[in-house]
Amino acid sequence: MTSLAIKDLQKLPVRLTSGHRLCAGCAESIIAKQVMMGSEDDLVVSLSTGCFEVSTTVFPYTSWNVPYVHTAFGNGAATCAGVETAFNALKKKGKIKENVNFINFAGDGATYDIGLQALSGAMERGHRMVYVCLNNEAYMNTGIQRSSATTIGAQTTTSWPGSVSSGKKEFSKDLTAIMVAHNIPYVAQVSPHNWRDTVQKSQKAFACGGPAFINALSPCPRGWRFASDQTIAMAKLGVETCVWPLFEVVNGKYELTGESARIADGKAEKKPVMDWITSQGRYKHLLQDKNAPVIEQMQNEVDRRWNKLIKLTELD
Amino acid sequence: MPQDIAINGDNAVALAWKQINPDVCAAYPITPQTIIVEKFAEYVANGEVDTEFVCVESEHSALTLCTSSASAGARTFTATASQGLAYMWEMLPITAAMRVPLIMAVANRAVSGPININNDHGDAMAARDCGWVMLFSENVQEAYDMSLVAPRIAEHIDVQLPCMVNLDGFVLTHAIERMTTVDTQAVREFVGEHRPLYPLLDTKHPVSHGNMDGPDYYYPHKYQSVVAMEKALEVCEGVFADFKRITGREYKLVEEYMCDDAEYVAVILGSSFGTMKATVDRLREKGLKVGCAMPRVFRPWPAEALAKVMAGKKAVVVYDKHLSIGAYGPMFPEVVAAGSDLEQLPKMYNVIYGLGGADATVAGFEKSFEAVVNGTAQKIHYLGVRL
Repeated sequence: MTSLAIKDLQKLPVRLTSGHRLCAGCAESIIAKQVMMGSEDDLVVSLSTGCFEVSTTVFPYTSWNVPYVHTAFGNGAATCAGVETAFNALKKKGKIKENVNFINFAGDGATYDIGLQALSGAMERGHRMVYVCLNNEAYMNTGIQRSSATTIGAQTTTSWPGSVSSGKKEFSKDLTAIMVAHNIPYVAQVSPHNWRDTVQKSQKAFACGGPAFINALSPCPRGWRFASDQTIAMAKLGVETCVWPLFEVVNGKYELTGESARIADGKAEKKPVMDWITSQGRYKHLLQDKNAPVIEQMQNEVDRRWNKLIKLTELD
Repeated sequence: MPQDIAINGDNAVALAWKQINPDVCAAYPITPQTIIVEKFAEYVANGEVDTEFVCVESEHSALTLCTSSASAGARTFTATASQGLAYMWEMLPITAAMRVPLIMAVANRAVSGPININNDHGDAMAARDCGWVMLFSENVQEAYDMSLVAPRIAEHIDVQLPCMVNLDGFVLTHAIERMTTVDTQAVREFVGEHRPLYPLLDTKHPVSHGNMDGPDYYYPHKYQSVVAMEKALEVCEGVFADFKRITGREYKLVEEYMCDDAEYVAVILGSSFGTMKATVDRLREKGLKVGCAMPRVFRPWPAEALAKVMAGKKAVVVYDKHLSIGAYGPMFPEVVAAGSDLEQLPKMYNVIYGLGGADATVAGFEKSFEAVVNGTAQKIHYLGVRL
């Protein structure tokens, strides 16, 4: 496997070029580059419809130096599975010699919501692919509408805070747990501030020999309302507050990684969710007195999930 | 060696696929297509094909997986019907716009609601504007033969479009008929090696498939498909001619029966063409100068060939096994348009029949066609509807 030293990683081929049309401060291209660094073999990349897709492939241009395919919104996993199936067929017939790895990048809308059926099907069938959710916690491509990945209390353009509303009413869906329940060989959560953790997990995902799912926190300056030079700081804060723990599940065995492992070991501080809330404009309304209970709910839920995760890591 | 066998339409399609031995097949079972998938799964289980067979979780994923598989460079087949085709609808124009030559059998069935598992052409007609080549079959032999010619048409360098092979649900899918097979070696030679264009799996020459188009490219790209469709007419004729050389069976863009001296012609699609031929025989016995025609190739629409059939006729009646509610049967305006450059357009009539598996009998056809000849027919006649 490629060494994780920066001096070695920077020598890897540029698979996604600069000059794409993602917003300043978008984490998606950062995450994608980190994930692709995890594959020494050639790649075919598929994208579900979303920010990343529309920003990198406006005809007659493409930002992709690897074969790329997009079909529609809710079927990224099936799109990727089709390429992998064709590979298996042609490899069997001796028409392809070298190994190729397959990735589907999709937003949380295309993963948690409209694409969940295709994702579940592809994982159950065991297609050898790395499915990466670029989770920016709302439908950003269509203008910041709520998804089932949106956290409680967040303002989106379909979950406005108002005289009778505190923003999104529901907790986010625990999709990573749903993917673990598929009993696939590799599941992980990553965050782009910890590039070493992301590249390493991607290496494991490509090497696992079957379906792998990586859920990546993808801070979105436009949707979350923070300055576009704060993306990496925001990603780090998500992990430090345990809103987005870093962990992996290898053949069913949970393990915390990065800052999350240090927090669990008592070597780093678990920051309050309030730090997370005050860092982003999407939670601004929660600072009004009437919304104090929502902050409490949010902290309680983060704690509940974090404590459960620690228990899961204690299982054999 | 070619053999005469007794086989139903679904099994005939599966047999054709087995002989072609595609690289990839992904499908989701739905009545009345199910037998195709089951039979093909049996071939896979017994090693009679070396196809990668994927039992997807839905039709949407079936067509998605097939589309990217074909984009990746694999010869790819699928099959569906009715709600399955409706569920695939989002992907239908995408598949066509990506110019992937995959093959899909459609066991034509009524579309819900009300839910109904029987035959009509509601599923195929809702797919007609999507950019697929669409072939129709009159009987089991033709369902088999169209399955064999489809990859040659779809993969032709001038076409590069997906192709739908339509066979009427139950009437053909489940009816056992006598059929003559083509020798497997002859099939493989006829279909030939698959030579994909710009496949994704050529990783040394990366290409992007399925890019986003602004208004500056969307329309020109659609027009490229128009050109490919126009070419497909010629290509169909060429492939049909090649097929005749190995089988002796002749196919045309528009099949005709007793049309030459006819004064009245019925245009009809699918298995009912056979029923209409029997009707024509009866009316001829009565001394009526009638004939019938079937667009074998529905997309591209063979307007010129149809206009030749229509030229000089007193009246043309279009039998539609579907209904565009609030307008006509879907084929009717297209036949009218095909004849619109004739010196004199025949009087045009539309008969709606057989919806949701309603009886399509010689007696019903005879009465409705005779009304056209007698000049007593209504513009649109809802044949056999119980009020």
